[in-house]
Amino acid sequence: MKYAYYPGCSLHSTATEYDATTRTVCQTLGVELEEIPDWNCCGATSAHATNHLLSLALPARDLAKAEQMGLDVVAPCAACYNRMAQTIHETKDNEVLRGRVSAVIGADYEGTAKAKSLLEVLAADVGPKVVEAKVQKPLKGLRVAAYYGCLLVRPPAVTGWDDAENPQSMDKLMTALGAETVDWSHKTECCGASLTVSRTDIVLKLTRDILDAAKAAGADALVCACPMCQANLDGRQGAVEKTYKTNYHLPVFYFTQLMSLAFGIEPYKLGFARHSIDPRELLHTKEIA
Amino acid sequence: MRRVGVFVCWCGSNIAGTVDIEQVKAAAAKMPNVAYVEDNKYTCSEPGQAAIQKAIKEQKLDRVVVAACSPRMHENTFRRTVGGAGLNPYLLEIANIREHCSWVHPDKVAGTRKAVDLVRRAVYKVAKNVPLQRASIDVTKRALIIGGGIAGIQAALDIADAGQPVVVVEKTPSIGGHMAQLDKTFPTLDCSACILTPKMVDAAQNQNITLMTWSEVEKVDGYIGNFTVTIRKKARHVDTTKCTGCGICWSKCPAKVSSEFDLGIGKRKAIYVPFPQAIPNKPVIDEKNCIFFKTGKCKACQMFCPTGSISFDQKDELVEEKFGAIIVATGYEQWDPSPYGEYGYGRYKDVITGLEFERLVNASGPTEGKIKRPSDGKLPKDVVIIQCVGSRDEAKGIPYCSKTCCMYSAKHAILLEEKIHAHSYVFYMDVRTPGKGYEEFYKRATEEHHATYIRGRVSRVYQKGDKLVCLGEDTLLGKKVEVEADLVILASAMVHQNGASKLAQTLGISYDQNEFYTEAHAKLRPVETNTAGIFLAGACQGPKDIPETVAQAGAAASKVISLLSKPKLETEPLVAQVNEAICSGCLWCKPICPYKAIDGKVVKERIAGGKTIERPVAAVNASLCQGCGACTVACRTGAMNVLGFTNEHILAEVDALCL
Repeated sequence: MKYAYYPGCSLHSTATEYDATTRTVCQTLGVELEEIPDWNCCGATSAHATNHLLSLALPARDLAKAEQMGLDVVAPCAACYNRMAQTIHETKDNEVLRGRVSAVIGADYEGTAKAKSLLEVLAADVGPKVVEAKVQKPLKGLRVAAYYGCLLVRPPAVTGWDDAENPQSMDKLMTALGAETVDWSHKTECCGASLTVSRTDIVLKLTRDILDAAKAAGADALVCACPMCQANLDGRQGAVEKTYKTNYHLPVFYFTQLMSLAFGIEPYKLGFARHSIDPRELLHTKEIA
Repeated sequence: MRRVGVFVCWCGSNIAGTVDIEQVKAAAAKMPNVAYVEDNKYTCSEPGQAAIQKAIKEQKLDRVVVAACSPRMHENTFRRTVGGAGLNPYLLEIANIREHCSWVHPDKVAGTRKAVDLVRRAVYKVAKNVPLQRASIDVTKRALIIGGGIAGIQAALDIADAGQPVVVVEKTPSIGGHMAQLDKTFPTLDCSACILTPKMVDAAQNQNITLMTWSEVEKVDGYIGNFTVTIRKKARHVDTTKCTGCGICWSKCPAKVSSEFDLGIGKRKAIYVPFPQAIPNKPVIDEKNCIFFKTGKCKACQMFCPTGSISFDQKDELVEEKFGAIIVATGYEQWDPSPYGEYGYGRYKDVITGLEFERLVNASGPTEGKIKRPSDGKLPKDVVIIQCVGSRDEAKGIPYCSKTCCMYSAKHAILLEEKIHAHSYVFYMDVRTPGKGYEEFYKRATEEHHATYIRGRVSRVYQKGDKLVCLGEDTLLGKKVEVEADLVILASAMVHQNGASKLAQTLGISYDQNEFYTEAHAKLRPVETNTAGIFLAGACQGPKDIPETVAQAGAAASKVISLLSKPKLETEPLVAQVNEAICSGCLWCKPICPYKAIDGKVVKERIAGGKTIERPVAAVNASLCQGCGACTVACRTGAMNVLGFTNEHILAEVDALCL
């Protein structure tokens, strides 16, 4: 199993621990990653709010490079994945649009490479059974709320690999690691994403709702598959607590961090120190690390 | 030499706008056998028809071609016209120069050329026509109604009132259908059972009506006036002649299962009548859940039955009955809203469907009419009603409008306020109230019962403590709305009955992409199917409310009454005929016939040398044959011909068009 790896801007900056653990987990599971040379930003929300053609051209340039490599793309970031899947979806049966996109990027874009999220690759292609076989330190007693966010499994016409309203793939992966997952209401609610900079108030409200729901469901921590979600839920948690006079203290993991941990990788290699809500205390109490 | 008259119609500007009538006339005059040509602004008008009759007499015409609209419109009209002038009605051909020509071609030159070709085709064909005679068949004076809901009951009562015997076949243990499940009915709020049960009792007591509950139609053979129907009487395990309906059996039965009639909200026993007013008030044993059928032990019901009515060895019984006409009144099912994951139906107990709410609010329901929410039995204070769940949603549900949900949602809002002072928030896309007193009813919900109507969809329902938070949008204010509700009611769509397509195939009637049965004409023949003698009533044809269903049932009944009151039925002579002299008896035609109209027979004939031999040939039952022509294509020797469309006819048409 080999993929063209598209880390995206976050994994090279704010979410280096997601990048590192992604590589670790893939190596353990025999998923080969080859980083796309000279990749560019996917455009995220800014591009599609500015110019439709631009929002397709940016991911198309990366996809065209993957086509030259003869590989499908895996993107750990939900936003990057969604932009790529959206580009493939929109240009699939539209030769004219593909032609315009090719002209913009100055390369032939055929639309032959697929885009997958890292979660899809690990949960669907590799599967919980294979994952379970690699577990050395089961995450016993850890109750997590699997948080998918809004872009990972939606819209179903574009993504279509998990239930769009009540997804299960991450829950099954977590169960395979020996952790317990909670049934909760805010799995696919939006965290506010990049509004964190321009409209912090909105992000504080949205993240509060998510944290509230996870706490109410009895979770010890959240698990996510998106650097933006992690940044908001973890990084803004202190501000939410202050603004709304609440107290959560809910660590927010990348699912690859927990996988690495269960695969027996030493905790100090997993970048926990970079988190705002330090998860090591929780892991220590649960006698996991 | 024939004397053919050609009558070219203008149809106002419908034809004359695109086709040069004078040129068509001039060309027709030169065609072989044509003795007379005339045009008319409206050939179907009385003067137009009179002109044809006059020409037949004065010009001594023996064949007629009318170049006008589709034969589906006026072929019968002109057959009568021709017949009225003393010619055999089948010595007529129609050249369709409207639907097949002027309406679809903008170019006058090409259109005229095509019209001439079409007229020539008809002229060549009509020369080969021979007089055909209609036959008559007997009518079995008895009607079958499939489905014992309000549609079936109403149709049965109307037919029985006219003195004709009716059999109602119902697959559940009781007649009554969905209407028996409802609490109140819009727009008058009279109790559903109070207006339905008198009709159910009437049906049970009427001498002309035979009720066959717990039964299903298995096979249908025959044709209009003479259907042979095989009905499966499912094993009831209760002798209905002895049973008094005392109820001891179901009070003693130890097996409790969820009740279909209460949509899983309530329980029933393994031996049961579905609801207190059931007709017949005789229980059935549900073999799947009966402890005796599962383990071979129990028989509590048999032990306690005071009349000895219970028999565990009863088997399904197949009975064959004859009928002259059939009404299909199989109704609808409520759509399962599970595809709307965001509403959490099935995940959250307090998210229920409209029909489930009917059982909650119904005095004969599992809560005795107290609107206790399923999770904890508390009375809800704030209720969110979501309209168009499934309806008008091609992505997740069905494309059409279910027609009844706006009204029943308004009814639910009224009942909630009236009974427990609960406040309703109704999320809607449009409020559609096109019925007598309907708009007023909706106004009553908002003004007198203070329901809050919010124009917009709900995007998400989630549990927060003991509340259900509904996130939605008010598209009139352009704002997000969040309502904390105690109960959420999904106004789920009306969809086809389970197995609707299978029954259609059994009956030989057509259905649309949504598996609703298709009427013969959307406007002008709304209760007939394309299969003669089979009629439609109620929601099996499309979503309908009670008033509309009852009206359609009455219409279907009157069609049946008029059919059954005829002493004999005339049949079309355009059926298949075997030329026995050249039939090889291979019977390839037999399995191909969709109407089972062909069988083999043996003929005796003398051959050279004075010897008599016997050989097999095909034989067509003219009453069953619908003249589709499939057999003529299969016939290798060309012995099979459809009268009026013989091989000779078709070749004459090909010559006219191609030579």
